[in-house]
Amino acid sequence: MGMDQALQTYIEESRGLLDEMEGILLRLESEPQEEETVNAMFRAAHTIKGSAGLFGLDAIVAFTHVVENVLDEVRGGTLAVNGELVELLLKCSDHIGLLITVVAETGEALDAEQAAAGEAIAAALRSLLGGAAAADAAMPAVHEARLAASGGGLLEGDYWHLSLVFGRDVLKNGMDPISFIRYLSTIGDIVSLRVDDSELPELNAIDPESCYLSFSIEFKSEADKKTIEDVFEFVREGCKLRIFPPPSHLAAFVDRLEHASGNTDMLGQLLIEAGILTGHELEDALASQESMAAVCGGAKPPIGEVLVNEGVVQKEVMDAALEKQRQIRDHKAQEAKFIRVSAEKLDELINLVGELVIAGAGASLLAQRSGDAALHESTSVVSGLVEEIRDGALKLRMVEIGETFNRFQRVVRDVSKELGKDIGLEIGGAETELDKTVVEKIGDPLMHLVRNAMDHGIEPAAARVAAGKPAKGSLRLNAYHDSGSIVIEVADDGGGLKKERILKKAIERGIVNPGQSLSDNEIYNLVFEAGFSTADQVTNLSGRGVGMDVVKRNIQALRGSVDIESAEGRGTTVRIRLPLTLAIIDGFLVGVGKSAFVVPLDMVLECIELSEADRKAADTRNYVNLRGEVLPFVRLRDQFEVKAAAGKRENIVVVQYGGQKAGFVVDELMGEFQTVIKPLGNVFRNLRGISGSTILGTGEVALILDVPTLVQLAVARDEQLAMHGA
Amino acid sequence: MSALVKVDERAGLAAPQDQQQYLTFMLGGETFAIGILAIKEIIEYGNLTEVPMMPDYIRGVINLRGSVVPVVDLSTRFGRKSTQLTRRTCIVIIEVASDQETQVVGVVVDAVNEVLEIAQDQIEPPPAFGAKIRTDFIRGMGKVDGKFVIILNVGNVLSIDDLALLEQADAQGMGSANEAAAE
Repeated sequence: MGMDQALQTYIEESRGLLDEMEGILLRLESEPQEEETVNAMFRAAHTIKGSAGLFGLDAIVAFTHVVENVLDEVRGGTLAVNGELVELLLKCSDHIGLLITVVAETGEALDAEQAAAGEAIAAALRSLLGGAAAADAAMPAVHEARLAASGGGLLEGDYWHLSLVFGRDVLKNGMDPISFIRYLSTIGDIVSLRVDDSELPELNAIDPESCYLSFSIEFKSEADKKTIEDVFEFVREGCKLRIFPPPSHLAAFVDRLEHASGNTDMLGQLLIEAGILTGHELEDALASQESMAAVCGGAKPPIGEVLVNEGVVQKEVMDAALEKQRQIRDHKAQEAKFIRVSAEKLDELINLVGELVIAGAGASLLAQRSGDAALHESTSVVSGLVEEIRDGALKLRMVEIGETFNRFQRVVRDVSKELGKDIGLEIGGAETELDKTVVEKIGDPLMHLVRNAMDHGIEPAAARVAAGKPAKGSLRLNAYHDSGSIVIEVADDGGGLKKERILKKAIERGIVNPGQSLSDNEIYNLVFEAGFSTADQVTNLSGRGVGMDVVKRNIQALRGSVDIESAEGRGTTVRIRLPLTLAIIDGFLVGVGKSAFVVPLDMVLECIELSEADRKAADTRNYVNLRGEVLPFVRLRDQFEVKAAAGKRENIVVVQYGGQKAGFVVDELMGEFQTVIKPLGNVFRNLRGISGSTILGTGEVALILDVPTLVQLAVARDEQLAMHGA
Repeated sequence: MSALVKVDERAGLAAPQDQQQYLTFMLGGETFAIGILAIKEIIEYGNLTEVPMMPDYIRGVINLRGSVVPVVDLSTRFGRKSTQLTRRTCIVIIEVASDQETQVVGVVVDAVNEVLEIAQDQIEPPPAFGAKIRTDFIRGMGKVDGKFVIILNVGNVLSIDDLALLEQADAQGMGSANEAAAE
């Protein structure tokens, strides 16, 4: 993996972590503090910092470090979570986001203003830390007081214990053991030193160049184990060194283990990270583990056992370490449930599956024609499998919409503060899945709608109370599946749209002619016209009339539609309808003249025959009686100006779209067909009524019908007729 | 993609050179030529799907090894009557460079003749009138064996924006065609 690619991964991952952090913060505000959530937040900050270090992104490291410190205090319970802190931490997460965008992505430094803002946040954090540090300083005093109560002075034997057996040849190697012991006294106090001369042979047998002495030292020091061990770095070889921590350190070790970052699940590494074990000790222990295995014949004793047996690590500490190791492993196991795959690879796979679908359709067509039953049988098995593969491949791209919705928690919170309104966000259908490309593109339109609803929709608290509604406004984001599309609703319980005002404005702007009579729905949908805003005041949130038309355009670009429903005084619901996927759909193949067209199968309700009587009457009326319902229909033959002679009989395909039913009159029904959507290209970009094309098993191209637009075209044509008639 | 770009560069460079190769073809009894570098391949006419609600010069779409390619009837595009299908009718697949991307378009011709080399000094500028084709469609008049061959400006004849725009004007009726053109 190249560095660039790694950096990209880092940026992606950090953004994910920041989202997670933000989510936790917003939860923390409303729910009582849970240790696990704070831990998760700390881990997020820590990971961002750690990885930034790898890439040398010092600005990120410096800022995140302060955040991490504060979170550590929170985690330790020395800092209480309150609204102020959450606010500050939210700012922090924004600033880290900014740093990642600017520093990591573009490689530039923040401009002066941004840097100053960052510094201000950091200063605020530090002042919090200052308070905590003061509290910290008070702690040891309490500790000492407790000591004093238990008899005064330092606890007996609260020293490091060093057992030092120098190698025989240490003097021959030009080292003087005494100088090391002297050096040891520079990092602490040697409380007592006992020389063990039991190894000393008879006087006449002494080799003056050999060292026979061992030392046992009680050592008082603030230094950690590694520093102490490093003193003897040069005489390590041949030297037996045992360093036992002071009893009071055991608790600290256990504590440090509990807070270990969890970068590794190796027991030895874990202990080294916590400063309990040194690298040399681990090597020695591993060596003796090997030799023990050789003695016992195969089975290695666990490294933990070896360490405890050799007295290098105390049992209590080892228990804590094992517990931590188990936790980390659990966490890792959870992480392993997901793998990151680049979107490009996924797209490639889906393209291939698309080709497979087309090729498969070709094969089964040939098999059908050949009349060979066995061949037909086997191709239909293949088709079944291809269908499953297609569904599976498409599912890989499906993501839950909840993540997108959750981002709005923050928006609603911030915007409602800015507006001075009390607004709560409800989320429904968060588990509804849709294509990742759609999710990415729906964020902006949703943002516009949410801001609009908060700014214009929901009234100020006073007006709400006067209208007999609860003072707290409510905004609801909801998603659900409906006949092959996904519906996303943004609903508020505000004042609703004022019909007269919209109509007046529309007439003022020349969008509507004064005499024109419009249905409620048509009036509401006027707000999607360009340059239309009924807000009397322009705020910095909305009201400039840009937005709603952009929303509509963005959604249409995704082959979706948007609809608005409102009840004056009770609220407004904006309903966005989007296709589930942009690549492959199930289609229903129909024939008109010599051409074949595909209707998205999810929209097809049923097919009926166009009766001879209705056919004859079709010149005067384009509707039929469908079990007591009036079903208007579009004659595709007329709509598409197909010249070829009509067949003996015609059929109606009944489609449903957004609660509306309509019929399409076609010549022939050719059945279900898996359809890979191929864009028609720029030449056809202004063509309405056809949403794309697909390749049939025969290699011919079939066009995919854009059902809603076709219905609209028919409505528009009837309206024109009505106009001309009048 | 890099291969396509290379072709474009060569097409760009080739223009000032003395000699260039052209594919000549017949259309309504007249001989036309297109610079060979823009041409991808020539295929037999067939398996065409008509696209409704499009102007007449968009004949339809074909499946060219998995991609959907629009097919233009050159004769109709020149304002003449549409090409009659015969045994020799072909589709010439051409790459057209628009602003950012290249689009592949097929054109229907009566018959393909040969690949010719026409020296730069054998090409006359297009006549101001008389060719009965929009003058911006003509890059020049090549002299071959004492006869004129109309060398087409592919970029203008098959301009994607133009094709899409005219179609829009068509859909809206003649009243707005002028407005659309003014845009």
